[in-house]
Amino acid sequence: MRKLALSDEILLKIEKPARYIGNEVNSVIKDPKKVDIRFAFCFPEVYEIGMSHLGMQILYDMFNRKDDIWCERVFSPWVDLDKEMRKNQIPLFALESQEPVKNFDFFGVTLQFEMCYTNILQVLDLAQIPLHAADRTLEHPFVIGGGPCAYNPEPLAEFFDLFYIGDGETVYDELFDAYKKWKASGQERKRFLEMASEVEGIYVPAFYDVTYKEDGTIASFLPNNPHAPQKVRRQVASDLSKTTYPLKPIVPFIKVTQDRAVLEIQRGCIRGCRFCQAGMVYRPARPRDINMLKETARAMLKNTGHEEITLSSLSSSDYNELNEIVTFLIEEFKDQAVNISLPSLRIDAFSLDVMSKVQDIRKSSLTFAPEAGTQRMRNVINKGLTEEEILSGAGQAFEGGWSKVKLYFMLGLPTETEEDMRGIAVLADKIARRYYEIPKEQRHGKCQITASSSFFVPKPFSPLQWATMCPFEEYVRRAQIVQEAMRDQLNRKSLKYNWHTAELTVLEGVFARGDRKMGKILEEAYRLGCLYDSWDEHFRYDLWVQAFENLNMNMDFYNLRVREADEIFPWDFIDCGVTKQFLRREWEKAMAAEVTPNCREKCSGCGSAGYKGGVCFEGTR
Amino acid sequence: MKVRVKFRKYGVMKFIGHLDVMRYFQKAIRRAEIPIAFSGGYSPHMIMSFANPLGVGLTSDGEYFDIELKEPIASSEAVARLNAQMVEGMEILSFVEIPDDKKNKGMSIVAGASYLSIPRKGTLPAGWEEKLKEFYRRDTITVVKTTKKSEKEVNIRPMIYELEARSQAIYMKVAAGSTQNLKPELVTEAFLQYIGCSEEVSFAQHRLENYADTGTEGAPHFVPLDALGWEIA
Repeated sequence: MRKLALSDEILLKIEKPARYIGNEVNSVIKDPKKVDIRFAFCFPEVYEIGMSHLGMQILYDMFNRKDDIWCERVFSPWVDLDKEMRKNQIPLFALESQEPVKNFDFFGVTLQFEMCYTNILQVLDLAQIPLHAADRTLEHPFVIGGGPCAYNPEPLAEFFDLFYIGDGETVYDELFDAYKKWKASGQERKRFLEMASEVEGIYVPAFYDVTYKEDGTIASFLPNNPHAPQKVRRQVASDLSKTTYPLKPIVPFIKVTQDRAVLEIQRGCIRGCRFCQAGMVYRPARPRDINMLKETARAMLKNTGHEEITLSSLSSSDYNELNEIVTFLIEEFKDQAVNISLPSLRIDAFSLDVMSKVQDIRKSSLTFAPEAGTQRMRNVINKGLTEEEILSGAGQAFEGGWSKVKLYFMLGLPTETEEDMRGIAVLADKIARRYYEIPKEQRHGKCQITASSSFFVPKPFSPLQWATMCPFEEYVRRAQIVQEAMRDQLNRKSLKYNWHTAELTVLEGVFARGDRKMGKILEEAYRLGCLYDSWDEHFRYDLWVQAFENLNMNMDFYNLRVREADEIFPWDFIDCGVTKQFLRREWEKAMAAEVTPNCREKCSGCGSAGYKGGVCFEGTR
Repeated sequence: MKVRVKFRKYGVMKFIGHLDVMRYFQKAIRRAEIPIAFSGGYSPHMIMSFANPLGVGLTSDGEYFDIELKEPIASSEAVARLNAQMVEGMEILSFVEIPDDKKNKGMSIVAGASYLSIPRKGTLPAGWEEKLKEFYRRDTITVVKTTKKSEKEVNIRPMIYELEARSQAIYMKVAAGSTQNLKPELVTEAFLQYIGCSEEVSFAQHRLENYADTGTEGAPHFVPLDALGWEIA
């Protein structure tokens, strides 16, 4: 019988012990004596969040298909177990073997959002792995990071031995081969890092020196080891049909956030919204083959027993065969009582038709993401959704029986004026007016228009990476302007407005575009007790402010200063496929409120055609 | 067609709560392609009901749930298919057809359950077996039941049908179900208090069986829940 790392006494004392016992359907057990590489894959958040992540399921499956590797999972222990582990000196363990991860070969951490950074220090600390890469010895695993935040890994540079830049499906084989060679050779730790930095897409932060100008910006960022390249090129799976996909994803016992089979229909996006990092760093848009998707859907449902399946991608409506795949799912699985959960689609006759087939119209709501309240502002961010499109989509939906609409916006965008802020309320009201144009006897009571806004955070490798953020008080002021404007509208009783708090935005901004100096802040905040920062009940903005004060550093340097065209960014050493010239061109067009057509309409020469795949070559093959 | 499934829950699965066990079986039934019936509506669900939910931390050799099939399947085939889909810590023991009448509805038939309480921490003092007999011979055994709102004294003696020593463990058969329900830890705690060692010893509780009462008023006759059904050929 399986032996657990935690005693019954501890497991019966803490919340949801199922988070820590492993044993789920489709989790993989191997004989440790028969593998060469033990890989602990960590999502530094609570189990229910981490288990909802498709990327982990893809890599877990891909690694475990290889006989010589055993990949296991690790999540952040929740605060109750965190205390018990510290009190009883229990080292962090992997769920499958229940063995301490400090004895593994690799400790891989997926970096999905900035506000989980203190949790990374938590897992290293609980694992009894030295926080600083420089302090690790042959006894310790190599700590490797990947995922969206690896596009600016610098705030985490001190804590990681290496970063993997790009699609996980590309160079792990090469990296593992190098590792096995190194392990057999019995050489020093540094030697493996040198071998690793020769693998395209691998960044070893210790092999680069950063110098700063007097104003705190970067003067130079250069390799200090002959094996390290000047630039690290993002790795791309040009043809997704040739990659593996998890046909037997793990089925958690407890309800997780994404409690369903997930079918990734494409990677990347053709749209080019200027605030969006994902829209740039996953270029080119690469659709998956429809027949592969059909087979995968069947296999996943068979192997998991999930009662729901969903599609995943950026801008799913741009998948050419969307109609076919959605129709297939409905027809194939309706009899088996499988729910089809749709991603947010462009509202048109087709999407309304499928929505009416899979959801209860009276209960479900329509979702639009105009992102900004006026056309001028939407031009700045290159969001190609017009007011006419929104109103006609909503109108069709209202006539089809819907009465609830959700709208998503951003506040604090560059060049934003009071008119743009008030425009959010005006647009929401126009949608409500459209609803009340329907004769009273044909509509179902009042409509409900819910507008939500978050504050814009400039991200590396997005055209708006040069943008200046707002001071904390300014964010609050802007949200209040929207709030007041909502009250001025004719249909105010049908409108609702929510906004996210600004404290988290400020910190997210600091880490998104932060440099190596941020490592010290992170450590100080962790030392002061910051953990689970993305959870309202645990987020302690006061402690973060304290950390900056203690180290005599300033958040404003990262958020409020003007970044010049020639500034060297901490992430400039990454060649992510999209060129800095292209991003700058897009920034300038943003300032002039000029739009750029999407990849299918016209190629804008962003640079990612160099990856020889996806939309860049559509119709030429 | 109504069917009763008996299963065993052991090992690390004791940490999976009742609602998650239900979710687990819903998915396992799909994987095993058991021809189960669904309710109608936009989000159809399986027609399924569990007997006497087991608390987190307890193991069991006699758990049950009822389902409805849209077409028959042989018992042996269903047990084999389901067991092929089980994780370690779950085992299907039987799959029997039950009468489709009101009396069987919603597991209201559960009347008793038997348990083995095994010391997990500490050991019982020498001669505890005699003390247990003494304890069981008493007319009243009073315990304090605490609910969210109040504390009240309850005599649990009438709810204990059998109580005896079995090697190093305590065996008991007690009332279970919607009318009267006695948790085994209330019995063991009362006993520990009686012999004055409630601090030193704690028990792992293991359920052996769930019973229906087919007897008459005053003359109960307990049978395992799956004894009310028959094998499907």
